[in-house]
Amino acid sequence: MPNRPFPRKLDLTGGRVDMAHGAGGRAMAQLVEELFIAAFDNDLLRQGNDQAAFDVPAGRMVMSTDSFVVSPLFFPGGDIGSMAVHGTVNDVAMSGARPLYLSAGFVLEEGFPLADLARIIDSMAAAARGAGVAVVTGDTKVVERGKGDGVYINTAGVGLVPEGVDISGAHARPGDAILLSGTLGDHGVAVMSRRENLTFDTDILSDSAALNHLVAAMVAAVPGIRVLRDPTRGGLAATLNEIARQSGVGMVVREAAIPVRPAVRGACELLGLDPVNVANEGKLVAVCDPADADRLLAAMRADPLGRDAAVIGEVRADDLGFVQMETALGGLRIIDWLAGEQLPRIC
Amino acid sequence: MKYIEEFRDGDLARNLARSIHAEVRPDRRYNLMEFCGGHTHAIARFGVEDLLPAAVTMIHGPGCPVCVLPVGRIENAIAIAREPGVTLCTYADLMRVPAAGGRSLLRARADGADVRMVYSTMDALRIARDEPDRRVVFFAIGFETTTPPTALALLQAAAAGLDNFSVFCNHVLTPAAMQAILDSPDAPGAAAVPLDGFVGPAHVSTVIGSRPYEVFATDHGKPVVIAGFEPLDVLQAVLMLVRQVNDGRHQVENEYTRAVTRDGNAKAQALMAQVFEPRPTFEWRGLGLVPHSALRIRDAYSRWDAERLFDVPPLAVPDHKACQCGPILRGVKRPADCKLFGTACTPETPLGSCMVSSEGACAAHWTYGRFRDAAPARESA
Ligand code: SF4
Repeated sequence: MPNRPFPRKLDLTGGRVDMAHGAGGRAMAQLVEELFIAAFDNDLLRQGNDQAAFDVPAGRMVMSTDSFVVSPLFFPGGDIGSMAVHGTVNDVAMSGARPLYLSAGFVLEEGFPLADLARIIDSMAAAARGAGVAVVTGDTKVVERGKGDGVYINTAGVGLVPEGVDISGAHARPGDAILLSGTLGDHGVAVMSRRENLTFDTDILSDSAALNHLVAAMVAAVPGIRVLRDPTRGGLAATLNEIARQSGVGMVVREAAIPVRPAVRGACELLGLDPVNVANEGKLVAVCDPADADRLLAAMRADPLGRDAAVIGEVRADDLGFVQMETALGGLRIIDWLAGEQLPRIC
Repeated sequence: MKYIEEFRDGDLARNLARSIHAEVRPDRRYNLMEFCGGHTHAIARFGVEDLLPAAVTMIHGPGCPVCVLPVGRIENAIAIAREPGVTLCTYADLMRVPAAGGRSLLRARADGADVRMVYSTMDALRIARDEPDRRVVFFAIGFETTTPPTALALLQAAAAGLDNFSVFCNHVLTPAAMQAILDSPDAPGAAAVPLDGFVGPAHVSTVIGSRPYEVFATDHGKPVVIAGFEPLDVLQAVLMLVRQVNDGRHQVENEYTRAVTRDGNAKAQALMAQVFEPRPTFEWRGLGLVPHSALRIRDAYSRWDAERLFDVPPLAVPDHKACQCGPILRGVKRPADCKLFGTACTPETPLGSCMVSSEGACAAHWTYGRFRDAAPARESA
């Protein structure tokens, strides 16, 4: 009889995660081989080492990490797997860099269906292929039933910054133009629509997407982009406040210029939320010299992920760092970080 | 949802604002109270005040259910939540309202009490059904808008014989609070700051109708214009109030005709009357004891009344010493008048209830309008 290390294939239909899958023994080796390596398949991963070794090209590299805990795990337009790839790819790309490699760490809860895990891994692998990055190293741990929410994923990524590009949240200057790549709030509303207690009908899909190709086109058109950032948790409001703080400036944006899908606006209204505070997973904010704004906008609109891009406002000198919005009505208000968790209004 | 946009249209707003500017008399001021927190929130969020002439002052009223609940009732709820076997269900905002000694429902939960956030009374009812071993208490607050759903939940619990469900009732009545504002010696109705009219409630009025406000027009000479919660509704109501004042009229007018009638929703009113009766008196933060201003559960439904199932003593707990929520809720002070505003007290670390709910005057001003305090010279375009 040939020596086959795993005589019986992993049961990806009825099987469940058990403690042995994280214990470093045969079961874990099988999970890694039949699920992770099969899905992420690349040379570096297949070498089977505890680390990935690759040559470092000349220039500046960036590195970023993010952990993903999302409920529900599957939502309209994505799942925790695609999000874990897109999120870190985007964090790397917001420096103007070309993302190259990712790591992936999994914390699995005992009893989690292997079929769901396989679905998540396949979705991660597809997302990585779409973004043109390779998952080159990984790790798996299992926690006892009741001590996790099914799956937590951590990803880290490295990327290479093209020469002459120097993008930072601290580089916004008074007079600069502020651009947004598309509609606000799609991800947050899609996820909330599937939460326990809150189910409401909407056909809104999460905007979860890898923005590195869009960024490459933008950097090629305007290498002097000053700031790029993706407005994820906390939404546009948090992102603009972070940039204003880092750069020591104020901002004014125009509500009428900010694209929001009617269905998202309706859902926000119903829940008492403000689209500027709702999470996105496939949008970016750019700040550039006003003289470059038209060129940058054209480059963004030429990319499918930037079709609805718009110039939404400008950077202003303001010692107090207020981010203000001219409301559609014609008044002025602050847009701010949220206090605590974003929760539907009650009255 | 095109519907919403129609009520936020910038051109319509500018037209209304132009009419208001044209019609205010140069020789007088217009002090208008928006009763509801929903209006307070809309005014701040859409920057409505930037469109109004200096002669018009919007005064925030006490119509924020989280804001007006006195500390004593929060203490009562914390005590109920600590009883063995109890699951206290509450709206998210209420969990953060500070009680004495740094206590709150959120703290009680961290200390081990089973306090759960729900979105509606029905969620609490469902928990009671699903977990028959828990004594599920719904911490009910709100004006006439949220009262009928609570009544319905009580009726359903009674019909199903669901004895592990009860309601800690704190429902309050809008007209009584308006009366208290006009009666209170330092409130804007008094000589010092004359009150020229009310922007009347939106959702509450869909239930109670416009008739209950007629006494304020006839007996107190105050114009009332019932308005929806959209910013254009507010502007339209301000214009109608300015016209009443200019004409020397004092009537109840209805801007919110798309939802409000004179008699309101008879079915909802009947539901409330079946389950609830007025309390002789009830304490409000800011207004003190107000006669016939709140509801309690009728004897017929006492088995589902948390006030009779648990020990709920009347507690007179003072607010934080420097907190100005009281005078703010009476309309005599503004958030920026409080020394703690934006220093010790922010939405992350609220010291008073007005900083907790998004409809609270302090939270609305902090979140949307504080740039006006910081740079009064920087006028808006
Ligand atoms: S700022 Fe805080 S302490 Fe001051 S009145 Fe408002 S809620 Fe009370």
